Amino acid sequence: MIEVAGLRKSYGGRAVLDGVDLAVRPGELVALVGPNGAGKTTTVEIVEGYRTADGGTVRVLGDDPRTGGPALRARVGLMLQGGAGLEPRASARDLVRLHVAFHEGGPSADELIDRVGLGSVTVTRVRRLSGGERQRLSLAIALAGDPDVLILDEPTAGMDAEARRATRELVAGLRDKGRAVLLTTHDLGDVERLADRVAILHGGRIVADASPEELVTRAESGVRFRVHGTPDAAAVERLRSRLAVARPSDGLRSMASERTGEGARFEIEPGGASADVVLEIARWAAHEGLLVVELQAGATSLEDRYLELTGDRDVEVAP
Amino acid sequence: MNDANAGGRAVARPAPPLRSVAALAALELRLTARRGENVLVTLVIPAAVLLFFGGVAVPPGLPARPADHLLPGTIALAIIASGLVNLGIATAYERSSGVLKRLGGAPLPRWGLLAAKASALLVLELVQVLLLVAVAVVAFGWAPGPSWSPILAAVAIGLGTLAFAALGLLLAGTLRAEATLALANGLFLGFLMLGGLIVPVDQLPAFLKAVGAALPATALGDVLRIALESGVPVAPAGPGAADGPLAILATWATGATVLAVRFFRWDA
Repeated sequence: MIEVAGLRKSYGGRAVLDGVDLAVRPGELVALVGPNGAGKTTTVEIVEGYRTADGGTVRVLGDDPRTGGPALRARVGLMLQGGAGLEPRASARDLVRLHVAFHEGGPSADELIDRVGLGSVTVTRVRRLSGGERQRLSLAIALAGDPDVLILDEPTAGMDAEARRATRELVAGLRDKGRAVLLTTHDLGDVERLADRVAILHGGRIVADASPEELVTRAESGVRFRVHGTPDAAAVERLRSRLAVARPSDGLRSMASERTGEGARFEIEPGGASADVVLEIARWAAHEGLLVVELQAGATSLEDRYLELTGDRDVEVAP
Repeated sequence: MNDANAGGRAVARPAPPLRSVAALAALELRLTARRGENVLVTLVIPAAVLLFFGGVAVPPGLPARPADHLLPGTIALAIIASGLVNLGIATAYERSSGVLKRLGGAPLPRWGLLAAKASALLVLELVQVLLLVAVAVVAFGWAPGPSWSPILAAVAIGLGTLAFAALGLLLAGTLRAEATLALANGLFLGFLMLGGLIVPVDQLPAFLKAVGAALPATALGDVLRIALESGVPVAPAGPGAADGPLAILATWATGATVLAVRFFRWDA
């Protein structure tokens, strides 16, 4: 339903998208994630037909979104970032009714308002709605006409926990009914709970495109630990020697240490997690008179994997 | 486009364009009525100008019955208020807040958006004209000249609407919303003072006469006075008297429309 191939886009000579490939099929929910400025919104705005690509192809329901016209736009529900595009002096009901009137058939305005849980604020002016309520109103508008494709730009941003949960359920239900859903998000909670596939956009390209489970499984887990005390250079070298003995076959590909206020932090990755390595760390600490106060071995979360691929520290993991 | 979709549902389709246009125009009018400042500038100010200056006759050069001059002038003022000020400022804020962008993603043809705005504008102007004529008739016993031309009046209102709406959209589509707000109000004041709408242009200082004579507001007021056979300087008007101001108005309407189409940007 959405097919993007070799998408390129530059602003002022700076390449924002440098060959993006992406596909969303019916009944599939794909989360497009990436650091700020990675080009997520540029990508979705090209898919929505708002922007022209410098190169590559985009097809939505088989059509070019720039030229598909009203017939295509009736089948594509859009939710702009931050609940943008809502007339502040209109009421929620005014806007939903308007967008329902733009479609032939589909759910009624009252039905849509109920589905997104805005029944108590139908006559409230948009300017008096909270950020989360505007997001839900924007979602209701996106659902007008019962579209086949939904493109949601950060749909749960600014919502409280209850609204976020309800929105995730609603979006998951749409996917289960066969709609193709492309969403961008900063919230890895959305990705873990919703996405069939996650596409990570970094450096103008999709650096990973897999299910959240596959993405985590593919990661080679490492070891992170922190000790109280301040090991000197010789002590760190003795650790390196011990670990090299513990993992002679594939070796320790990297070990980084960092002095902190409370001691020193070490990271061994990737491929460094094993019982032998943990045992050697414990022996080394005991020998050096250092207390291991924190140790994580083997477990890699989606967040860790995302950070590993992008270096983005602004990611959220909302409940 | 592939008509099949999941679950055998009917493929989502756009509504007939006229229904979409009517729905958007109706909302535009409701929003205009909700904006106190819009009601003030489009309805209250023109009517108050007519009532006040029609009653006290302070400006020099007005005929014995000031309303004869002031009614065409305030109709022109109302058209400027609706097209340049109301439409321009509202569209500027719609552009900056992404409302235009959101509507651009809806299954409404782009011409449909313009048609809705034009329809709402014409309905608003009809209300303005009826209100002003009612005030002039009731308060001052105004009546048009014996051979007044409703066709010429309609042409004047049509061209004036095009000129000032295009000017408003040109500002809205090229400047920040705040700049559009300031400039539209500034131009409104300038047209009010220099466009012969209250004070006849021939009463202006010499260096302002030439400026006033070239303005679309002046041309619109003149054509309306000729059409209604009402006021200075054209009662009664000879054949072809409207040609000059009509040409000026048509030039502004064409120029502003060409510039608006060329430079209007839909997103901020």
